[in-house]
Amino acid sequence: MNNIGLLIVCPLSPYLEQELENSFKVFKIWQFEDRNQFFNTQGNSIRAVVGSSPAGVDAELIETLPNLKIVSSCSVGLDKIDLVKCKEKGVRVTNTPDVLTDDVADLAIGLILAVLRRLCESDRFVRSGKWKKGDYKLTTKFSEKSVGILGMGRIGTAIAKRAEAFNCSISYHSRTQKPNLNYEYFPSVVELASNCQILVIACSLTEETRYIVNREVIDALGPKGVLINVGRGLLVDEPELVAALVEGRLGSAGLDVFENEPEVPEELFGLENVVLLPHVASGTVETRKAMADLVLGNLKAHFTNKPLLSPVV
Amino acid sequence: MESIGVLMACPMNTYLEQELEKRFTLFKFWDFPDKALFLDTHRNIIRAVVGNATAGADGELIENLPNLKIVSSFSVGLDKIDLAKCREKGIRVTNTPDVLTEDVADLAIGLILAVLRRLCESDRYVRSGKWKKGDYKLTTKFTGKSVGIIGLGRIGLAIAKRAEAFSCPISYYTRTKKSDVNYTYYPSVVELASNCQILIVACPLTEQTRHIINREVIDALGPKGVLINIGRGPHVDEHELVPALVEGRLGGAGLDVFENEPEVPEELFGLENVVLTPHVGSGTVETRTAMADLVLGNLEAHFLSKPLLTPVV
Repeated sequence: MNNIGLLIVCPLSPYLEQELENSFKVFKIWQFEDRNQFFNTQGNSIRAVVGSSPAGVDAELIETLPNLKIVSSCSVGLDKIDLVKCKEKGVRVTNTPDVLTDDVADLAIGLILAVLRRLCESDRFVRSGKWKKGDYKLTTKFSEKSVGILGMGRIGTAIAKRAEAFNCSISYHSRTQKPNLNYEYFPSVVELASNCQILVIACSLTEETRYIVNREVIDALGPKGVLINVGRGLLVDEPELVAALVEGRLGSAGLDVFENEPEVPEELFGLENVVLLPHVASGTVETRKAMADLVLGNLKAHFTNKPLLSPVV
Repeated sequence: MESIGVLMACPMNTYLEQELEKRFTLFKFWDFPDKALFLDTHRNIIRAVVGNATAGADGELIENLPNLKIVSSFSVGLDKIDLAKCREKGIRVTNTPDVLTEDVADLAIGLILAVLRRLCESDRYVRSGKWKKGDYKLTTKFTGKSVGIIGLGRIGLAIAKRAEAFSCPISYYTRTKKSDVNYTYYPSVVELASNCQILIVACPLTEQTRHIINREVIDALGPKGVLINIGRGPHVDEHELVPALVEGRLGGAGLDVFENEPEVPEELFGLENVVLTPHVGSGTVETRTAMADLVLGNLEAHFLSKPLLTPVV
């Protein structure tokens, strides 16, 4: 497969980039200042694109690559890939489900505990020597709180399983009620937010879910509510969220994703009722290796005419 | 009961102070710089002492209070109370078990996630604007790691239940093997540390468990191992722990307790492989209120000649 042209559209892990280079003729888009010239000279040779959550393939790029056969994303979310256009052109699409589920669910629980128990703020309290001047203030208990999950797919289910061990009552919203679940279902996000203390966003980003957490949802969650986002930044109306956190209309938030990563609203930097992470939900050595191997497995399956491991299109 | 003198050993909770003042003649030990003078004046009126994890009733204080009938501790640990002396003198002792179990277990899981996933370090990374210059490094997965627990009482069991939801195999050390659990038992702490990736201290502090985490245990846990201490600071030989963390002989640590609180070894302040919290295992509004109510309930029961709610002696 060493003669197959493969385009990487954003930096990946050193391991994945190296393994791709071992098997394909790799082009890294960020190394070409003049993209038009690059596509004019190499566009015809590209048969595969590898992306991740920051970048995938939009309609324009698909049109530019006439021999593109497969897009393999090192992410579970597919919001940077024009799936309709891929279907139309017969371009296969794969993602990396399952292997990252545990890490994302772990991070959701970690964010809940860090926000409610003020772990990072109290770690700063100790490191700055303030403990010697007095005890840290009391925080909020996690066990037995009600947890509402937006999106009850693999990740949502894994979060629910963990939260149950903390004696939390679980409810959820998804487009359709799941027949095999005992958790309480709410047919709207506002109803879910009104009936839980911790709202966890774990759905995929689509046109329907963009800004699914808006002013109305934030108000329903309220000044004692906690919002956790381990999905995508665009699921939340960020200007509304920032204002609500600054003004105390929303209790607190644990955010792993933002609207314009790596830009984070600076108004959040001074707040102690937020924990801010740099989109690391799947960012462990173990999981990124498994994701990389799944990307490689899908590409090799495709170019040796075997069934794809995790096909989406 | 207003004529009954109650001595509070150190500041612990505003609500508890107020409720004690409503019911008893409350003396706050810290209001009296000259302890000898205070005891000379008030020793006969004091019939109860309220202590906590910081201060309780040692042999000397007990000898100085001839009419002391009950020591009610605002904590589950009893290491600041001379239990032998209390037994000898017929002084009743109560603590606050059960009501704080969930909070302490929650904090143990929070510390694990904060250490493995570098939550506080990556929150600092975002707040300092470093994300714009590049991604945060990869961290370590929690789900599936082996968890070893020292002390499988109420708190140890609550931690095990939560860790099971993260698919962690559980092992433990206690003085005697438990017949009613399926977790793997090791007859020594060194064997436990050699066979787990995350070691959690959740036993009471006694003469036998002081420095139960020594150099040998730290070496057995090793450079990829993580130590979590939500018990008491003197469980760990801090003089061995600090160099092991600084030199990388121990992978990481999440510490809620320290040998000489509120003093924390300053060598830890610059490390990113530690998370340091200011003894807040039970420090939530919900739990401290429940603990205060249990202290009040025990005192009222005693002075109304009813059965104690949570007697130890």
